[in-house]
Amino acid sequence: MAMIATAGHAQADPHHIGVVIEHPGPAPKRIVTAYGFWIFLLSDIVMFSCFFAAYAVLAGQTAGGPKGSEIFEQRNVAIETVCLLLSSFTCGMASIAADMRNRFWFYLGMSVTCALGLIFLAIEFREFADLVARGFGPSRSAFLTAFFSLVGCHGLHVSAGVLWLLTMMAQVFAKGFRADVLRRVMCFALFWHALDIVWVGVFSVVYLLGSGA
Amino acid sequence: MLGKLDWSAIPFDQPIPLVAGAIVLVAILGVLAWVVVKGHLPYLWHEWITSVDHKRIGVMYILLASVMLLRGGSDAIMMRIQQAVAYQSQGYLPPEHYNQIFSAHGTIMIFFVAMPFVIGLMNLVVPLQLGVRDVAFPTLNSVGFWLTATGALLVNMSLVIGEFARTGWLAFPPLSELSYSPGVGVDYYAWSLQISGVGTLVAGINLVTTVLKLRTKGMNYLRMPMFCWTTLASNLLIVAAFPILTATLAMLLLDRYLGFHFFTNEAGGNVMMFMNLIWAWGHPEVYILVLPAFGIFSEVVSTFSGKALFGYRSMVLATMAICVISFMVWLHHFFTMGAGPDVNAIFGIASMIIAIPTGVKIYNWLFTMYGGRIRFATPMLWSVGFMVTFIIGGLTGVLLAVPPADFVLHNSMFLVAHFHNVIIGGVLFGAFAGFEYWFPKAFGFRLDERWGKAAFWFTFVGFFVTFMPLYIVGMLGMTRRMQHYDVAAWRPWMIVAAIGMAVLTIGVICQIVQLVVSIRNREALRDRTGDPWDGRSLEWATSSPPPVFNFAFNPDVRGEDAYWDMKARAQQQSLEHDKREYRDIEMPRNSPTGFVCAFFATIMGFALIWHIWWMVILGGLGAWATFVVFAWRDHDEYVIPAEEVAAVDRVNLEERRSLVSMAGTV
Ligand code: HEM
Ligand SMILES: [Cu+2]
Repeated sequence: MAMIATAGHAQADPHHIGVVIEHPGPAPKRIVTAYGFWIFLLSDIVMFSCFFAAYAVLAGQTAGGPKGSEIFEQRNVAIETVCLLLSSFTCGMASIAADMRNRFWFYLGMSVTCALGLIFLAIEFREFADLVARGFGPSRSAFLTAFFSLVGCHGLHVSAGVLWLLTMMAQVFAKGFRADVLRRVMCFALFWHALDIVWVGVFSVVYLLGSGA
Repeated sequence: MLGKLDWSAIPFDQPIPLVAGAIVLVAILGVLAWVVVKGHLPYLWHEWITSVDHKRIGVMYILLASVMLLRGGSDAIMMRIQQAVAYQSQGYLPPEHYNQIFSAHGTIMIFFVAMPFVIGLMNLVVPLQLGVRDVAFPTLNSVGFWLTATGALLVNMSLVIGEFARTGWLAFPPLSELSYSPGVGVDYYAWSLQISGVGTLVAGINLVTTVLKLRTKGMNYLRMPMFCWTTLASNLLIVAAFPILTATLAMLLLDRYLGFHFFTNEAGGNVMMFMNLIWAWGHPEVYILVLPAFGIFSEVVSTFSGKALFGYRSMVLATMAICVISFMVWLHHFFTMGAGPDVNAIFGIASMIIAIPTGVKIYNWLFTMYGGRIRFATPMLWSVGFMVTFIIGGLTGVLLAVPPADFVLHNSMFLVAHFHNVIIGGVLFGAFAGFEYWFPKAFGFRLDERWGKAAFWFTFVGFFVTFMPLYIVGMLGMTRRMQHYDVAAWRPWMIVAAIGMAVLTIGVICQIVQLVVSIRNREALRDRTGDPWDGRSLEWATSSPPPVFNFAFNPDVRGEDAYWDMKARAQQQSLEHDKREYRDIEMPRNSPTGFVCAFFATIMGFALIWHIWWMVILGGLGAWATFVVFAWRDHDEYVIPAEEVAAVDRVNLEERRSLVSMAGTV
């Protein structure tokens, strides 16, 4: 792609001595879209970092309420994690199917991803509802505030992801694998994988460290 | 049904906001009526409101900023009058009202004047300087603008419906918690910043992607104009810093709405965490604002000195150094809050280190001017005025970065003087320089120089008369945010400051007159060549105003100062590209997505402030539906046929050729 200009050409620019790699011009749309979306994801991760930081600061502030080790259920978290990791795999399969223009495998991959996401959300919802019912809601202590916010923020992202996922299935159904639809599928996949990475953080920082303490 | 909203929300007992609100309302309705009666509505809708053209969006950003500058400026006038008369008396503003004014003033000036102004200029100019047709995501760009407008609208609604925050522009807890601020003021503050913050983030992502991925052929990194570099740095900061603001305000809102305990005094909440988070955003924010201004000065100084920018590479390095270091000094905003001497010392030194790259820049501008053929046109005046003013502000800033000195000066008028010194002398002067410099590019005619110079001198002198006394009263011990005082020694200085404010106001009026006079004389001031200042970068290579597609051919860049080189070559060879073949150009279609989205966001924001839950859901659904409809459309581009491109381009070429031949004869 990149053109190599020789020394003669480079004379226009006195700072460059010898060979200059000429910039080839605007990138294709697919690259631009993915790049922009990456930057959005980075900013989203900065936002998560703030909630992580808040959790780290407030984790010890139980104000006489329960500690992490008293409320976390290892089994649930394990199922949640498996669901999410598996869903990243099926989401990857769906992306490949989209690239190969294979509707059947695309729908299948997306449906399984959706189902796994919903199971994850259901478990999380039950965990939250259970805690609130026992009087350990977010206003009980600063620790619980930070816990509900961090985990809930991730849950909200997953919910948004599920909505987006359904929209994408509908779009493929209505419009087929058009270039712009494919670009959106690609962004969705990036989003879903990023959520997976954030969950690894939540899992380690909140549940693993919290259960030990 | 209407949540917390009832008739008591309208402050019938307070004449000032009501009258001000009524005037604004009448003005808005008047303009709307004029637009409808004159039949301009379709034009406005098709050409501006739904436009996804980066130039139009840039202009709308700047318009928003200018209107809000008048609003924030009125607040400033009220504060200066209050402090001039409130010696041993209550003055004319009741305390709770005064507190709203300084909070609104700070919020508006930073978020709805300085931010939209610089984002507007970047939007307008950067794609042109990079030689491309538009930003990376044109429709999102429009969404970003309209969400910013939503934020501004909400702040202004607080004038008449309910109240604004009384907490200062950063709403520190626990004062901003529900227990100390039970009204809707803080909610207005937080939701308008949340909504406009999304808009800012979108703009940041857009511009970063544009600079990194869309440059024209041959536009290597080290050939980009300085303004593109500072835009890149500033928008990287936006992408990295604004999510922090979003998260922090979200936490505050959770505390207020759902009884969470992030920053409360009870149940283990931690107020210092708010300080750390908000300033981790707040300090980079200062550089988000001032870096683009630095870029503007670089362009202006080099153009009006007729020389390439001195030390271009050191300038790039300085910009990126500032970009990184600005994230490492936030703690200097709370030296006095007990972090201990070691931490203070480290952050003090880190803060002072920023002065080094900034100094590099100042020297580079001076050396660019040295030996150049300087023309003191209005943009150049603003630039030179900036250098003088900013050096003073920078020096007092270094003073404040010395922790022991900060213990004395913290929260005093000295601080107020310092940050106005840098933010007016840096950001606002830069914005005005950019406005004067690029106005002919955006509209095809120059601004009146006489009124422009008058505006500069009044503003410049007014600025010093207003703010130098504040340094003095600061050292005499006057703290900020005082509604009245009893110290006789402060009185004369407050009166001088009020007089300065009057001079400043004349400067603003001159600027308005300049605009009116220039519009009326626009035929005489017409710029036919597209290159009124003998510019050096690509935005001057196209006509003024540029066609929607900016360039008939993607320019091919061979070195720094791309257009200057082209002109130099063209003088020998006559203009190159006549013989090339024109092609069809695809451009993004207009879209009401941004406007409709902002409409729903306004409803949702208002409903959230007043706890009207059904309306929140309605607004949310509406915004989501807008996006789905947008995603569903089939034709998002239209084609401009080659003949049309050719026709537009030939006109431009003719004008330009006459320019070149004229230049050849001089
Ligand atoms: C045009 C002339 C201006 C005048 C006369 C002026 C005057 C003032 C005054 C009197 C205060 C409050 C001081 C106090 O009582 O603590 C203030 C605060 C502030 N101003 Fe300005 N101002 C001007 C322009 C600006 C501009 C252009 C900006 C930013 C772009 C700005 C940003 C702020 C901020 C952030 C605060 C802090 C508000 C707070 O205390 O919460 N001002 N200004
Ligand atoms: Cu700072």
